[in-house]
Amino acid sequence: MSRRVLMEGSCAMAEGALQVGCRFYAGYPITPSTEILEYMAVRMPQVGGVCMNAESEIEAIGMVWGAAGCGVRSMIASTGQGISLMQESFAELANAQIPIVAVNMCRGQGDYFQATRGGGHGDYRFIVLAPASAQEAVDLIQEAFYLADKWRNPVLIMGDFLLAHTSELVEFRPSDELELPPKTWATTGAQGRRGITLSPLGPSEKLSTDLASALGKVTEKHPAIRAAEVRVDSGWVDDADLVVIAFGFPGRFVKYAVRLAREQGLRVGYVRPISLWPFPSAAIAEAAARAKALAVFELNAGQMIEDVQLAALGRVPLHAIGGISQDHSGFGVGPALTVENILGRIRDVYPRAAA
Amino acid sequence: MNQPLAPTPDMRKVFDKPDLLLKTEHSLCPGCGEPIALRLMLELIQELGLRNRTICVAGIGCYTAFPMIMDVDVLQALHGRAPSVATGAKRVRPDAFVFTMQGDGDMVSEGLQEVIHSAARGERFTAVVLNNGVFGETGGHATATTVLGQHTKTTPGGRNLELHGNPIKISELIAQLDGAAYVARASVHTPSSIKLTRQYLHDAFQCQLAGRGFSFVEILTMCPTDWFVPPEAGPGWLADNLKKTYPLGVIKDQEGARG
Repeated sequence: MSRRVLMEGSCAMAEGALQVGCRFYAGYPITPSTEILEYMAVRMPQVGGVCMNAESEIEAIGMVWGAAGCGVRSMIASTGQGISLMQESFAELANAQIPIVAVNMCRGQGDYFQATRGGGHGDYRFIVLAPASAQEAVDLIQEAFYLADKWRNPVLIMGDFLLAHTSELVEFRPSDELELPPKTWATTGAQGRRGITLSPLGPSEKLSTDLASALGKVTEKHPAIRAAEVRVDSGWVDDADLVVIAFGFPGRFVKYAVRLAREQGLRVGYVRPISLWPFPSAAIAEAAARAKALAVFELNAGQMIEDVQLAALGRVPLHAIGGISQDHSGFGVGPALTVENILGRIRDVYPRAAA
Repeated sequence: MNQPLAPTPDMRKVFDKPDLLLKTEHSLCPGCGEPIALRLMLELIQELGLRNRTICVAGIGCYTAFPMIMDVDVLQALHGRAPSVATGAKRVRPDAFVFTMQGDGDMVSEGLQEVIHSAARGERFTAVVLNNGVFGETGGHATATTVLGQHTKTTPGGRNLELHGNPIKISELIAQLDGAAYVARASVHTPSSIKLTRQYLHDAFQCQLAGRGFSFVEILTMCPTDWFVPPEAGPGWLADNLKKTYPLGVIKDQEGARG
């Protein structure tokens, strides 16, 4: 029997993870992700799991590597700065095809490049999901564990200060997961079979020297992930002259500002990418084919706008209406993130011919 | 010359490779000490009946060639990170037998923080460091355990106190930590030292199996290639140089270290 409870986004995500079988968590305190660690420290032992307050972010991701490599659903959370420290392991976790779920509770939205391109080396990708509410965060983190196991690829949830610290009603409603193959790749002790190696450097089979096909498997799945895992929310796009693109919690502000613009007679729509990788390029291309202009609202100096440009291919003018916005705390909740400001910026760039 | 002798009734087999070693050839240099250490570890895993629950966490160095010829499960870690990876593995699989295999560059240079914290927490895995005082795989560069006077490509003229500072005695450092239950330093440069290495590894493995706390074995290994001496001169060089800075023996053997 599910019921709705009032929870901060951070705690709701942690609880959501536990409810789909996450049994290992390692973290290092850093605002605004710390509440996930605090919640796990209390709750993880209650469900028979392990929570480690690691001595550094680098050690935390190493611990998660070890636990996930043994076949246990494992999670880590931090903020952009801490995630920066984990990049070497992130890249190689993808190369070793070890499924983990990572959460970046960003300060602002300046970590879009870090999340979608990664700061690590090589041809790896993370599946990246950006929730706009506590409920969506719960749903996405539960799905993230499934996707990580399904593709044997790490999944990153990109949140922010507001998501972390806003209390909202949430309901835990894990959907029935499709059956996943057994984790025969996990190091469990050989238990009667030939030993295996779980490595980012090459094949799992002993004595094999076929490095190329082992590493090929890391990227061969990318087209299938692109085809299957795009998530996008959009509205009022069909007759829109201007389509505003925004992600994460600010995407929710944009959605509201777009509704107000509609009430004021402006033909505005929105596209909110939920999966940042794979990026919903088709939805953007479709909007670009119909609208007279596109605008991107993001709380950074202009990062997602590059993906929008690639999708829109210059069909219509593209306006950056966001920007870096800080208050004194440095956590990225600045004056730009108000419905009034967003509505004003929408009016500024609304196609003149249509206005 | 290379034909095996036909067995006769009075012949008996006195030595063989462990079954867990899948291949007798290795890709390391002539005179390298690391394969001896590997053979000892695999012999003990076999002897103690641990094969089916063993997880080796390997670091990055010349010995990274070993996971492919060891018939046990191996988690390949990044340079410096094996103790944290082993922590995660052992915590979720407390019944597994978990040991790490790192070099001095991996553990003492790159990953010193990781091994210190793992030891302090009393993680119940066995950490093995193969210490040859040099980055072998990159071709002879100074590590944190390169001894004073030792010539490497990055200490031309020899490691100099003023310029390069002192080497780290990792075993003594680990032994200070309350979570460390067993700490020993061994060597593989003579037959008798190899026998002692086997004993120390055995005791460290037993320490883990008894859940007594963190167990640690440092093994001095020959690297004639990057000591710039002929293969046969490796053991002598080890005795004259590494062993003088790093005395052999059991440094700590404490009951119930974790309380």
